[in-house]
Amino acid sequence: MTEPVIQVSGASKEFDDGQAALREVSLTVAPGEAVAVLGPSGSGKSTLLNLVAGLDRPSRGTVTVAGIRVDTLNEAGAARFRRQKIGMVFQFFNLLDDLTVLDNVVLPAELTGTSRSVARRRAGELLDTLGIAKHARAYPGRLSGGERQRVAVARALMNRPALLLADEPTGALDSASGAEVEGLLNELHQEGQTIVLVTHDLALAEACATRTVRIVDGRIASDTLNSAAMTPSAAPAASKSTAVAR
Amino acid sequence: MSTLLRLARTGVGRRRVQTLVIALASMMAVTASVLGGSLLVASNAPFDHAFARGHGAHLTVQYDAAKATADQLAATTRVTGVTAAAGPFRTATVDPAPGAGLDLPAGMKLSPMRLVGRAEAGGPVDQVSLLAGHWAAGPGQLVASADYSGAQLTVGQQLRVGATELTVVGVARSVSATADGWVTPDQAVTLGGVPGWQLLYRFAQAGAGADLAADRAAVTAAAPAGAAVGSRGWLDVKAGNTKSTGLFLPFLTAFGLLGLGMSVLIVGNVVAGAVGSGTRRIGILKAIGLTPAQVVGAYLVQALVPAAAGTLVGAVLGNVGAGAVLSGAEQVYGTSSLSVAPWVDAAVVAGTLLLVAGTAFAAALRAGRLRTVEALAVGRTPKAGRGRAATRIAVRLPLPRPVTLGLARPFARPARSLAMVSAVLLGTVAVTFAFGLGSSLQRIQQAKQSTADVTVIGALPPGAAGPPGSGPGNSSGNVAGNATRSGDTAAMLAAIQAQPGTSAVFGTAHTEVGAVGTTGSVAVTAFLGDASWGGFQLVAGRWFHGAGEAVAPTGFLTATGTRIGDTVTVTDHGQQLRVRISGEAFSTQNDGLALLTDAATLAAAEPDLEADLFYVALKHGTDPDAYTDALNTALAPTGARAETGGGGGASQLLIVLDSLTALLTLMLIAVAGLGVLNAVVLDTRDRVRDLGVAKALGMTPRQTVATVLASVALIGLAGGVAGVPVGVWLQHLVVPAMAHSAGLRLPPAILSVYGPVDLLPLLLGGPLLALLGALLPATWAARTRTAVALRTE
Repeated sequence: MTEPVIQVSGASKEFDDGQAALREVSLTVAPGEAVAVLGPSGSGKSTLLNLVAGLDRPSRGTVTVAGIRVDTLNEAGAARFRRQKIGMVFQFFNLLDDLTVLDNVVLPAELTGTSRSVARRRAGELLDTLGIAKHARAYPGRLSGGERQRVAVARALMNRPALLLADEPTGALDSASGAEVEGLLNELHQEGQTIVLVTHDLALAEACATRTVRIVDGRIASDTLNSAAMTPSAAPAASKSTAVAR
Repeated sequence: MSTLLRLARTGVGRRRVQTLVIALASMMAVTASVLGGSLLVASNAPFDHAFARGHGAHLTVQYDAAKATADQLAATTRVTGVTAAAGPFRTATVDPAPGAGLDLPAGMKLSPMRLVGRAEAGGPVDQVSLLAGHWAAGPGQLVASADYSGAQLTVGQQLRVGATELTVVGVARSVSATADGWVTPDQAVTLGGVPGWQLLYRFAQAGAGADLAADRAAVTAAAPAGAAVGSRGWLDVKAGNTKSTGLFLPFLTAFGLLGLGMSVLIVGNVVAGAVGSGTRRIGILKAIGLTPAQVVGAYLVQALVPAAAGTLVGAVLGNVGAGAVLSGAEQVYGTSSLSVAPWVDAAVVAGTLLLVAGTAFAAALRAGRLRTVEALAVGRTPKAGRGRAATRIAVRLPLPRPVTLGLARPFARPARSLAMVSAVLLGTVAVTFAFGLGSSLQRIQQAKQSTADVTVIGALPPGAAGPPGSGPGNSSGNVAGNATRSGDTAAMLAAIQAQPGTSAVFGTAHTEVGAVGTTGSVAVTAFLGDASWGGFQLVAGRWFHGAGEAVAPTGFLTATGTRIGDTVTVTDHGQQLRVRISGEAFSTQNDGLALLTDAATLAAAEPDLEADLFYVALKHGTDPDAYTDALNTALAPTGARAETGGGGGASQLLIVLDSLTALLTLMLIAVAGLGVLNAVVLDTRDRVRDLGVAKALGMTPRQTVATVLASVALIGLAGGVAGVPVGVWLQHLVVPAMAHSAGLRLPPAILSVYGPVDLLPLLLGGPLLALLGALLPATWAARTRTAVALRTE
């Protein structure tokens, strides 16, 4: 049996003021799955994402990602875990404005000590694949929202992560750009990339995810398989463009 | 509480680091300024008051009685520019011996006295203050000067001058230091000794040295040619009186200015930083109805509250420090009680607060002018485009990415970076200057000793002032009698020369002479043997060659108005000796009123002059301790004792200067470090979201620390590179000024203290200071939870 990429067991999170953000949440994500975590504002979905990414620790319970007990890692260990196993895409892109697109993308690789030439080659392939190679020397501020999010995705894929976490990836985009990103996530999923997508957009969840987990008041209210979304096995052969992304 | 105060209070509470830094910077500036200002006022005020009250003489001129008559000299008082004159008074330079009621330790004798025949203490110039007894009214009566260096004379004691018995009937002080004692005019004629005339002048213009020189030239030109044999201006007298406190002024001024510069810089940076990083807050405040004036006011109060606290603490510290220094200086003025002038406190406190307010106002004005809509929109992101070129270059450097990210950072906030460079620069200037000052003081201390390996001290009578420390640079200001050695000089010298390991030896004898142009006695160190290897430092000229030549400290040359190459006449035991000055020596002995010469120079007057100290150079490889032990055994019959080293002890004044320098430097370094810390805190807060992103991408805490530290590395280097030359320049400016205050000129070796080995650590001090200042915020950045950082607006 294949080992799950994410194994959250009985995780609770209470903040310093005693307010509970998550209550006894358990969740398993298998390799190649695309899971949408859906819920209203303040439901705890971003907290769950932070626990999985090692950005925060649960008050109780365990979080295992790619075979690593994330909840026991110290700050340095969590950083190494993220750079090796996780790719993150944020709602507001979180690109560094004073770095060019190319330099933003190579950053995660350079933090691991990868040589600059190797990192640039990999980044060039990703930018080419994602259709933004012509902006390699531009600064993020000059790109459209959709282009910026593509850059963020390229950066997230730089170290070939086991898990791609996307936090409201279309939340700051217009509908056309949102559709671009939606297509991109779908393509990645077809390539076999495990994805956890946090959103409150039901349409995005249905379009990109094979499974939808609804969170309400810090608890999992439902966990259902989507019929509309394509599964990697059901998908057509990977397109040439996304194949290099893996 | 008004809205304004509430906003200011919350601002102070939110920015504890900045608040602390403003308070400390203000405290530092005020402490140094109060110290400097108080000493300046205290050192000038008593003399100035006494001089004005006593109608002090702007110029005292000594004339040769053989070359001018009283009538001829009276003509000099009618020269244009002379507003008042006293004299001519008959003078006699005599060698007194103790009489009834005056017991000196065995082997001690009194210094020569310049006695002036004056019928009364008052007069149009130099009104002498009678401190005890009454004025001399007849023959055999003497009024002793309280400043006579030979002994502390009291009413009723007697002196013998030749066959004449003089009874001390009064003790007085002349603010112009015109005599060692006063007798009746008739008595001055009959006493014998070296006869002369003294004339005291006041001029319309005498405020500067150039004025006095012109006045001196005018009056001496009116006298018969060659009659004027010496003179002393009131500025020299004043310098002698104020030197103990005046010495502190140049370097306290330097530290005060550095402190003020730091205050302005830090206050400006803190308020500008608060405005820059609080742009969104300002926008919200304006959106809810605060006027631009209210916003400016809130930031102004935010800066003034900690500045006021720091200023008050600084004033207290300054008063305590000044009190400690002034208590020592009180002795200079006798009965005067010195204290910190309240107006100095008030002026420094008000000036500092005004400076802080002005700086804060300029920075806060930007907040007032900020358009509400822009403030709300812009938040606190640096303007796009800034520092991109630097980033492009940095990322291509073959360095780890966290480091290159940091290296480019200063260019994104050029104004803040400039402020940080300035803080590091001032800190580096302080350290470099303090190092130079300390080294110079150390070399001054060393110059007071000879380079001899061993010093042999003759057996002295109990209570006699004596060695060690009787070397050429000895700082003892009071030659309290001339100690004659009681040991067997010949036996001592024979024992030294016979001791295995002796390479060279010379002896020194100490005596006193009178010199035209000086009041009181001139301390003479007479050398027996070749002393050229003794390491005595010269400011100019050359060491003396044989009899008839001497080197003299700056104080002697100034007092007698002589220069290298001139010949001066000195009076030794009633004999007039002519001595050619071959060099200017660095010496603080007897406040610079000293001569260093060959013993043969004085042979005519003192044929039996014998050494009381011997300086020994050892052969290479000789153990000084073993040599000293063996020599002490050999010297035992003579009563002399040998000590390793060149003699001389640590000066209390230099210790105080060293301590004060160290304290002020530490304060400046602390403030500079806090200035960097403050700027890095602001910068780290501004970019906490960027750091959060990097951490989310896998940047470890150690890499985060590296990024923050790298962001100040270039700043530290720039501040260090710029600060070291400024510090060296400051040392070259201040140390000679301090020496000038003490009536000294310094040999180049004392000033040139920075070698390559010293400069390198000083240059690295800048980066070190910057890194230390950034360490705390770097740790804070590394510890900030990534999720929190990502949520930070």
